Amino acid sequence: MTVIPDEPTTQEVAAHRVGDAIFRRTALVASLLVIVFLAGVGIFLLIKGLPAIGADPENFQDHANVFSLVGALLFGTVLAAVVAMAIVTPLAIGLGLVISHYAPRRLAKPVGFLVDLLAAVPSVVFGLWGIFVLAPYLKPVHVWLVDYLGWIPLFDGPASATARTLFTAAIVLALMALPIVTAIMREIFAQTPRAHEEAALALGATRWEMIRMAVLPYARSGMVAALLLGLGRALGETMAVAMVLSATGVIVSWDIVSSENSNTIAAFIAQGYKEASPIKVSILIFAGLALFLLTFVVNFLGRWIASRGVVKG
Amino acid sequence: MSLALGTVPDPDTEADQAVDKEADMAKSIDVSDVNIYYGDFLAVEGVNMTIKARSVTAFIGPSGCGKSTFLRSLNRMHEVIPGARVEGKIVVDGQDLYEPGVDPVTVRRQIGMVFQRPNPFPTMSIYENVLAGMRLNAKKMSKSDADGIVERSLRGANLWNEVKDRLDKPGAGLSGGQQQRLCIARAIAVQPDVLLMDEPCSALDPISTSAIEDLIHELKTEFTIVIVTHNMQQAARVSDETGFFNLKATGEPGHLVEFNPTSKMFANPDDPATEAYISGRFG
Amino acid sequence: MTTTPPTQDLDHSAADLLPPDPTQPQGQLPRTAPLIVGVAAVAAGALVGLILGSGLAVMVVLAWAVYAVAYPTWSAAVENRRKATDRLVTVLVWTAFGLAMIPLVSLILTVVIKGSRAISWHFLTSDQTGRALIEGTGGIFHALVGSMMVTVIAAVIAIPIGVLTAVWLVEYGKGSRLASVITFLVDVMTGIPSIVAGLFALAFFQIVLSDPLPRLAIGGGVALSLLMIPTVIRSVEEMLKLVPDDLREASYALGVPKWRTIVKVVLPTAVAGIVTGVTLSIARVAGETAPLLLIVGTAYTTNWNPFDGALATLPTFIYSALARTGNPQYGAAWSDQVWGAALVLIVIVMTLNVVARVIGAVFAPKAGR
Repeated sequence: MTVIPDEPTTQEVAAHRVGDAIFRRTALVASLLVIVFLAGVGIFLLIKGLPAIGADPENFQDHANVFSLVGALLFGTVLAAVVAMAIVTPLAIGLGLVISHYAPRRLAKPVGFLVDLLAAVPSVVFGLWGIFVLAPYLKPVHVWLVDYLGWIPLFDGPASATARTLFTAAIVLALMALPIVTAIMREIFAQTPRAHEEAALALGATRWEMIRMAVLPYARSGMVAALLLGLGRALGETMAVAMVLSATGVIVSWDIVSSENSNTIAAFIAQGYKEASPIKVSILIFAGLALFLLTFVVNFLGRWIASRGVVKG
Repeated sequence: MSLALGTVPDPDTEADQAVDKEADMAKSIDVSDVNIYYGDFLAVEGVNMTIKARSVTAFIGPSGCGKSTFLRSLNRMHEVIPGARVEGKIVVDGQDLYEPGVDPVTVRRQIGMVFQRPNPFPTMSIYENVLAGMRLNAKKMSKSDADGIVERSLRGANLWNEVKDRLDKPGAGLSGGQQQRLCIARAIAVQPDVLLMDEPCSALDPISTSAIEDLIHELKTEFTIVIVTHNMQQAARVSDETGFFNLKATGEPGHLVEFNPTSKMFANPDDPATEAYISGRFG
Repeated sequence: MTTTPPTQDLDHSAADLLPPDPTQPQGQLPRTAPLIVGVAAVAAGALVGLILGSGLAVMVVLAWAVYAVAYPTWSAAVENRRKATDRLVTVLVWTAFGLAMIPLVSLILTVVIKGSRAISWHFLTSDQTGRALIEGTGGIFHALVGSMMVTVIAAVIAIPIGVLTAVWLVEYGKGSRLASVITFLVDVMTGIPSIVAGLFALAFFQIVLSDPLPRLAIGGGVALSLLMIPTVIRSVEEMLKLVPDDLREASYALGVPKWRTIVKVVLPTAVAGIVTGVTLSIARVAGETAPLLLIVGTAYTTNWNPFDGALATLPTFIYSALARTGNPQYGAAWSDQVWGAALVLIVIVMTLNVVARVIGAVFAPKAGR
């Protein structure tokens, strides 16, 4: 009646040993492929990017050498990303708090879903929206900024007539970085030990006082990490800037509301996608290497802070 | 009753056959000079004992004394943890489990295990859970054989009557006690020689606990059973022989203090430490 | 350096923050207070807006400002300053929510309204061959094919590597030196800007094919897989870690070899989460534009050959067609094409997102079958 043999045959033992070995090796090879992949990125970019250093000056759009060109682009990249993060920071904290503490339990999930939906919008569609919807709305804002805040170098002016400026691009960038930052923020806010919160509430604190006493101090390092990771995202984002910014030369300018803007690395590369001359491709790749390094450093910092705090990025 | 039995062979004769077959399957275990390590850390030192076939042997002792570790070394589950290893001899049926060339997977097929927390596979139905031991090893069997094994195992675990009408429902939908009996059914379905139980009742309520204890009584006619328990009353109720594990001192390895028939152990232990533990003076 | 235990810290600030003050007004705003202030604020905003003759946007801003000032002020007058602050912060955090939602709603409305004009059977099933390329009367079939091809190639590369790597990290490598190296590298990979992935594919195929301007779907797949792999690894890793060790041990104890345990117990238990994660990562790369511009270029006709030739994908089609919307004669037609393609892209990506979440919610392991 029963079909189970007392002991597996030697064949079976051999079979599962081989099975184990094959499976284990396959998984290991896949993991090693990750290393190969990443090393490949570094190696191929270096091979193709380094020739840019010795290129003829005429390729550098009025810059003396590739470092000056990439330096100017780095400036624009950081400027755009920092302006974007200045917008993201208060919004993300507010949104995170809405989802973790303010929204009624039933609403919190849909609200979180809406924010995730924002993350799902493809960048090219954000770009379209930035050009055709956001920019027209921001024209009066540009004029206002130049009129009233013109003493700040950022708003020196003259105001762009099309509003396709770094300022508009930065707002689109902010919208794209917002979901990832919010997602981490709400996670850490929600991780605040219940006991801390209840201790504060039991002392008669209002909700805001509870958040200030219990939630924010607990979440501080996580918030910094979240912002750095968002910054990493904003630095590397391409299409918003490439589409919104009317392509100009590569200049260094603090002014983000005039028609003469700094450009970002990613947008510079995307705008040159039709480039076939090997040396110009080299310059694009060299700029890409610089961007890779920059985002790596920022992300590394973010993860390092996160690993010391309570969240995993 | 007869309705449910209509589709399967007469269970009584089948169960008898099973008992006949299993009666000579139960094995004794000879343990000599066993040391168990986690990496460099010696967790259990110098254990010697003989576990009798077709009886219940209980291990008691304070937390962290290595009784669970020792139990897990009996079917080489110990080495699932990276860096864990065992020295010494554990002989079942003339075969040292730790001899080079012995396959741990084969050992585990012959020495089944029931865990502290019920752990039915959540993706499988009750029926599939019972057959997991064969299905996961890709054993081919006919539908009627499979049905027979499921019914015999569930009957063996005193669960048949409670679940026979919902065999295709997920195992995770049962109560904790039922889940644990499902896990026992799953373990005995592969007809092991020995059944190890690692605190099988510690996550259960008293009624489920007593159901499992009754079951252990019945199972010992077919299997050699080794059970780790925190509960001394339970050890006294279910076991024929008892081993008391203890730490020599904090940070020292655990060791077997005393191994005796349960009746002697609880009435008149050899070792004063055992008496102190049993009478509740420490631990 | 002195370290203060957090609880003590808490007591301190609490004592500072909450002085027992019998002179504080102990009133309470009516429960309908937010509504009352809201109605008043809307009225005030509309009135002032009408008088100044300004548009809707200004009225909304005015109404918001009135609300944000009036509500806490009323609270301060009736209740006390602490409650007023609390109410002000409540207004502010919900404002943040509103500010984030306005663009989302505006974006989706714009795309749906402008895009739906272009949608037709013809639009979905024809490419931009011949006259259509000039007049913008074709469709996006070529881009749909391209998107599909590139995404499938990326998934075919990324999913096996990602899943197997996650399996190795969780089931075999745990705690080893190599595992922490790989985990670190996966983190690095997560941070690769998408355009850099495109540059890598460009550089790689330039060298391998010795072609100064390589254009091929495989290249796009490689670039996107580079972006997909880390997200797949991350999500699968998380899911595998959620599978309780109990189940692995139960399987081992039944004499099941490790690889069968992983394939038949661990992966099936985590499958819902894995499918969710993988689908989300597909949704993410399906909307990628920048790397594809560099390696698959742009095209206006259907290219079925993954090994050679430029091809369009939905995002790159949008980007390249955008340049044609400035044409004085055919700009409007191209504009419709662009928004139509954007609508189709958004529908695809959002559908993938929703499907992923539904799978995650419905087939969660505990629900059984």
